[in-house]
This record gives sequence, C-alpha cells and structure tokens, in this order.
Amino acid sequence: MTGTALLFLVLGLGLIGWISGRARAATFVRSAKSGPRGTVNSLPYYHGWFVAICAIAPALAFMFVWQSISPSLVTNMVLSAPAAADLPQEGFARAAILSEARAIAQGFQTAAFQGGSEKLVPLYKNALSYYKWIGVAATLLLLFAGGAFAFTRIKPDFRARSKVERVVMFGLLVASLIAILTTLGIFASLIFESWRFFSMVSPFEFLFGTEWNPKSTVTPGADNGYGAIPLFWGTIFIGAIIAMIVAIPLGLMSAIFLTQYASATVRKWMKPILEILAGVPTVVYGYFAALTVAPAVRDFAVMLGVSNAASDNALAAGIVMGVMIIPLVSSMSDDSIAAVPSAMRDGSLAMGATKSETIKQVLLPAALPGVVGGILLAVSRAIGETMIVVMAAGYTANLTANPFATITTVTVQIVALLTGDQDFGSPHTLAAFALGLALFVTTFFLNYVALRVVKKYREAYE
Amino acid sequence: MDPTPTDWNGQIMQKRIARRYAAERRFKAMGFLAVALSTVFLAFLLFTMLGQGLRGFQRTEIAVDFDFPALTAGATAAAISGPNADAALNSMDIPGIVELAIGQQYGDISEGLLTAGAAGNVRQMLMDNPSLVTSKQQLWLPVDSRLDVAFKRSGEPEAEKTVAALAQKDALRTGFNWTFLTGADATDPSAVGIWAAFKGSLMTMAITLMLAFPVGVLAALYLEEYAPKNRLTDMIEVSINNLAAVPSIIFGLLGLAVFLTLFGMPRSSALVGGLTLALMTMPVIVIAGRNAVKSVPPSIREAALGIGASPVQVVFHHVLPLALPGILTGTIIGMARALGETAPLLMIGMRAFIPAAPEGFTDATTALPVQIYLWSDEVNQGFVEKTSAAIIVLLIFLLGMNALAIYLRNRFETRW
Repeated sequence: MTGTALLFLVLGLGLIGWISGRARAATFVRSAKSGPRGTVNSLPYYHGWFVAICAIAPALAFMFVWQSISPSLVTNMVLSAPAAADLPQEGFARAAILSEARAIAQGFQTAAFQGGSEKLVPLYKNALSYYKWIGVAATLLLLFAGGAFAFTRIKPDFRARSKVERVVMFGLLVASLIAILTTLGIFASLIFESWRFFSMVSPFEFLFGTEWNPKSTVTPGADNGYGAIPLFWGTIFIGAIIAMIVAIPLGLMSAIFLTQYASATVRKWMKPILEILAGVPTVVYGYFAALTVAPAVRDFAVMLGVSNAASDNALAAGIVMGVMIIPLVSSMSDDSIAAVPSAMRDGSLAMGATKSETIKQVLLPAALPGVVGGILLAVSRAIGETMIVVMAAGYTANLTANPFATITTVTVQIVALLTGDQDFGSPHTLAAFALGLALFVTTFFLNYVALRVVKKYREAYE
Repeated sequence: MDPTPTDWNGQIMQKRIARRYAAERRFKAMGFLAVALSTVFLAFLLFTMLGQGLRGFQRTEIAVDFDFPALTAGATAAAISGPNADAALNSMDIPGIVELAIGQQYGDISEGLLTAGAAGNVRQMLMDNPSLVTSKQQLWLPVDSRLDVAFKRSGEPEAEKTVAALAQKDALRTGFNWTFLTGADATDPSAVGIWAAFKGSLMTMAITLMLAFPVGVLAALYLEEYAPKNRLTDMIEVSINNLAAVPSIIFGLLGLAVFLTLFGMPRSSALVGGLTLALMTMPVIVIAGRNAVKSVPPSIREAALGIGASPVQVVFHHVLPLALPGILTGTIIGMARALGETAPLLMIGMRAFIPAAPEGFTDATTALPVQIYLWSDEVNQGFVEKTSAAIIVLLIFLLGMNALAIYLRNRFETRW
C-alpha cells in the first residue's frame, strides 16, 4: 500500500465518520421534535464534522511524523543485520551502497552498480515492508480510536459546533502563521549559509573588495576573488540608473496623460495595454533583450564610434528592464495623483493656470512623496529582477560606467554560482547565499521605506 | 503700485499667453509620446515573437519513395497490425529501411537529409495504416534542422545548395509541425517539442494552486475578520507585505536550502517547484483576498449575526461566497505570475536536459519558461524559431488567464 492510497483510505474513512456522526445526530433532532423536552445543541452536520476531525487529524499527524522517522528506522534495521557487517566503514561509499540497495528494493532502479548492494536488497525489502505495515496499522488504529471516541461523545446536548469552530479558528491562525514561517525560513537559511560563507571568506573582502573572480577553493586571509563591489555597482547601474532613466519619465508621463488628458475611451483601452506590459514574463523580456535590443544597441554604439561595445551590454538589459517597470511606476503615480484633494487642483485651474501648469506646480509637488515611494518600490523590483539580466547582461564583473560594456549583477552571479553540479558546502554555493542575503536586506529596506513614505503621505490628505 | 490694469490684448500679454499654450501643448504631446512609446515597444515585442515563432510551428518535409515490398522482404499488413504490431515493427529495422530508401532516391546528397526522429515518424505511419507496407509509397518526412533553416529563410551555404537542388526536384514542402506540440526536449531543433515542459508547468501549477489557494484564503479571512489587534497580527501583516515584494530568486534560494538540502526532496521535481512557487504566490492571494473580503459591506455580517449565526458561520456562509469572485480574480493573476516565473525554478535545479514528459510529481521535470530559457541559450540557429514559438504558447496562456480574470471581475463584481 503506497502513501497516496493510505491517504485516500484515511480520507474515505473520515467521510464515513462524517456521514455516521451526522446520521446519529439527525436521530436526536427527530426524537427532539417528537419528544417531550429539550432541543439539540448543534446542527447534525457539526456532529459529522466533529467525528471526521477527531478521526482524521491524529491519523494524518501520525502519518506525517512516521514519514520522516521511518527511513532512519529502516536503515537501522538493515545495519543491525549480520549481512551489513562487511560494509565499508568509509562514509561516502557506505551511503552510496545503502541508497542504491534502497532504490532497488523500492523499484526505482533495476540493476545494481555498486559492489555488495544487491545482497542488501532483500534486507531492505523486509525492513521496508515491516515498517510500512506497522505505520499502516498504527494509522488505522489511531483513526478508529479517534472516530469511536468522538462517536460516543455525540449526545443531544453536546456542543459540537463550538468544538468544530475552535478547530476552524485554529486552522485559520495556522494558515496566517505560514507567512511568518516563510519569512523566518528565508532569514534563517540566508543567514545560516552566509555565516558558513563568512567563516571561509572574510566579510571585509566580500563587502569592500573590488575583484570578483570567485575561486572554488579558498585560503583564509588571502584574496580569493570574492569582492562584491563590482556586482553591487552593476546592479545599481542597470537596475537603479539605466532602468529608471527609462521608466520614470515614461511611467510618470503615461500616468499624467492617462489621468489628466486622455478621454475615457482612450483610458479604457490604454490601461489594459500597460497592464499587459506588466504581465509579460521576464524570460520573454530577457529573450527579446538578448536577441533584438542588444545587437541594435551594439550597432548604434559602433555607429557612434565606440569600438569596444559588447554584445551583452548593460544598456540593452537596462532599457528592457525599464520598459518592464513602466506599468509599476505608472500605477503608483496614478494612485498618488488621484489622492491629491481635488480642491487644490480646482483652485489652481480657477486662478487661470493651464492644465500643465497645474500638474507641474500643484499636483506633482503634492503627490511627490507617493511618487517617490513608487519609484523606490520600482528600484527594489529592478534590482531583484533576474531573467532579463541573466539573458541579456554579461557574466564578467566590470567596474565601469560605460553602458556599452559588459556588466554583471548580483542576481546574475547567484544564478552563475549555483549552476552546475557543485557540492552544497562549496564556497561557490555559499557565496550565492551571501549575495542573496545582501539582495534581501536591500529590497526589504527599500520596501519598508517606500511603504512608510506612501502611508504617511496618504494620512496627510485624509 | 502701478494703477494701470493688465492689458490682456497687449502684445506682451498675447505673446506670453501664446507661450503658455505652446508649453501646454508640448506637455500634452510628451504625455502622449510616453504612452505611445510603451505601446510601440509592446507591439514590437509581440510582432518580433510572432514573426519568428510562427515558423516554429512549421517544418520542412521531403518526399521519400518507399518500395516497401522490396525493402521489407514482403511484410504483410496483417503482420504489423494486431497485438504483436510493436514487436513486428521493432524487428523490421525501420532506421535501416529509411536509410536505404533515401540513399536509393537521393544518392550522394542523402547524407544528413532527415531529422533524427524520421524513423520514428515512419514507424508511426505504418502503425496507423499497416496497409502501406504492401505497396510502393511516397512519404513526406521532416528534414534535418540545417536544411529546415535554409528552406525557411537563409542558412549555411552548404545547406542552401542542397535545398536548391531538392527544390528543383519539387521534393520539399512545408507542413505543420505536430512534433512541436507533442514532443519533448531534444538536441536536434527539428525534433523538439514543448509538451513535456508544458506538462511539467501544469503539474507545478497544480501543486501551487492546491497549497497557495486554501492557505491564502484562510489567512485573508483570519486577518480581515478575526485577528485581534496585537503584536502577532502586526508581524503577520508585515511578513505578508514584505513577502509580496521579495525578489523571486530569493524564494528559489529558500527552496534550495530548505526543500532540497534540509528535507532532501527530489531535485528539479514538480513537487519542489510547486512548493517554492506556492510560497511566492500565497502573499499575492492573501492581499487580493483581503481586499475582496473588505469590500463585503458590514450590513451583511450584522444581519447574519442578528439572526443568530455564529462568527464562523457568518464568514463561511455569507462573507466568503460574496468575496469569492474577487478572491478568484486575484488567484488567477497570482497563478499567471507563477506560470511565467523562471528564476526560482532555476535555483532548484530545473535546468537539466529532460527528454521525456514527467510521469509523477517527484520526477525530474522542466517548465515552460525554463524551457524557453534553455533553448534561448542554444547555439544552433534552428532553436531561435522554436524559442519564439514556445514564447507564443506561453503568452497565449498568460493572456488567456488574465482575460479570464478580467471577465470574472466584470461578470461577478458587485457594487454595494
């Protein structure tokens, strides 16, 4: 019996528990109607849910725990057999033989390649089925015990509803706690792996070094090529400078045009088109940047007389990233301009100012905090963007302000460092986590400031 | 103070007004230009993809004469039909037959004319129609990628020459590339297909939806309806708002460190991909769900409470059904974003060469956007149009999902 089959069996038995609990409560309702006294506290289906929850919840919890502890129990049982005594003591070979024998016993693999693994197969088969049946029996036992316990509790005055609702509230709370768990998980994994990285490479070199050329074996104290300054610069240059030079004017002017000048029909058609721009996957933008924009930019540079223009230049990636950001800047500016009280605008127009004068001298200064908040959010989106720069920008670290040169970014290097079959503990892999930590902290800070600015500004006009 | 009133008809004033109106027109034109530029960029992007990608759905085929009775030493239709068809076809050495047939017909240029999967195509044709084997037949088979590129646009000079020679004999035609819709990744661009990547994407999305939707909806209900004002609630809110803005690649790092390394789940499987994307999509659903729940008017809740419903009943019997269209709209938009996401999937190892569609949730698989990324990296010219064609398929699905969300919003949106 596989895990899935057992899961369906448990759920099916839970359904039977639901039906029988409900049926039993329904008889109370009938007798309460015809009988002389008393009413039933809860509706019948609450009794059904009570039985079902009491039956399923412990069984599922046990299945989950068993799933995680049974592999080590199986391994222990196999190792305690006399046939396992002549296994090599050295850790790696031993683990390889064991895992192969296990794979064959489970039917994932048909032939043995490691010496000595095939004689462990029957042992594994025995141990696996032994513990599997213990697990199945215990699961079903828990299920029936829980169901029977709940079934005997069902009485006309039993408060099934409040019990079930307490479980529901608990479920709601657990669902919201997953967000905290995820945040903690991100924090913990990034910090833990970065700490391992910084025990090999000094944080000073990482944060202030100007040479990025990571070596796969590190020597403490020496220069190992883990200076991340060129990466930080590349990220800022592409994401916060080039992309913003494209996105801020276009996004802001689009928002102004659509909210202040365009007719309702134009607005109705243009807004979804801008939203499509936001919905195009980044891998498509990346492909477009690499295939069409980058060669065009290089030809343009050659025409200008820049001889060393690269085909994976920073400008192409930045321009395309800026276009991707336009809808974000536009919608944030739109919101902030709409939040300016109309009395201010009407007053300015009544004094004889033209529309553009009103926009430039009244609306924009009033909406500025909101617009700035939107731009900060856009910067945070741009520096965390991965696919466009992976496909269009280069892999070579370069500390230059020449937009036609190859420049690499933090996200590109994270992808590059995790490419290939490297050991998880190698400095390359861990460096990716250190870069991830830097990225996470930066975007977290930008988002926090941006949300605070926007919120404060909203309150000022409310 | 100068007592004379402003002379509005004076020359200076007229000039100034004209200047101000000109500035007004310039400003408006700049706004129009901004919108137009964005639109032009989008149109240019879509047309580029369409122009290149439509060729990816086509393939070049070559006519090959098969003298089956001679080539197969008199195999009968009965022998290759029925329950033993598989074994009989396997014993026929179809690759050898194809090589022989094309060698007889095209002589010295026959080397490398056909794509690697051509023998498989012949096998399928015989399987579908066993009576072919009893007579001489002319079959159209897909050509090698180099010739394909040369026939559609311009390729290497060598291939161009071959194509010109073949075209003179009227031996080439353009057909619809079914393999592209049904096949998997391959090293030869004329034999690749997107079905495997598409199925991987579907399975990943299924896991994402199954986890992110219930958790997101329950969390939204809790935060909007029940959560007491305390520090824990504040922490939950901060986490959700922050998670919604965390770069997607960070979720990939989380998946790598927790699901793969800590829990030892199968690398590059739909299960891990779905889990990672579920963590990313959940905050989007929570935020959309909270807005939908918030827009249900309090009078509904008060009426339900007034006739004796418990707080849980109020929410699950009345608020949730009314908020569901809004929640679904947000969910579809979140799922569309997850479907186009590439970076986190690269982090959890979904970048391997997978030549077959996945069978289960723990099999190594690839996803549609990752497949696009992998093909875009190929040097072979034949992959350019395949990449664009895969992008067209992805965009059609994303636009369809977004259109569905807009339709749902317009159809079921209630203004209270």
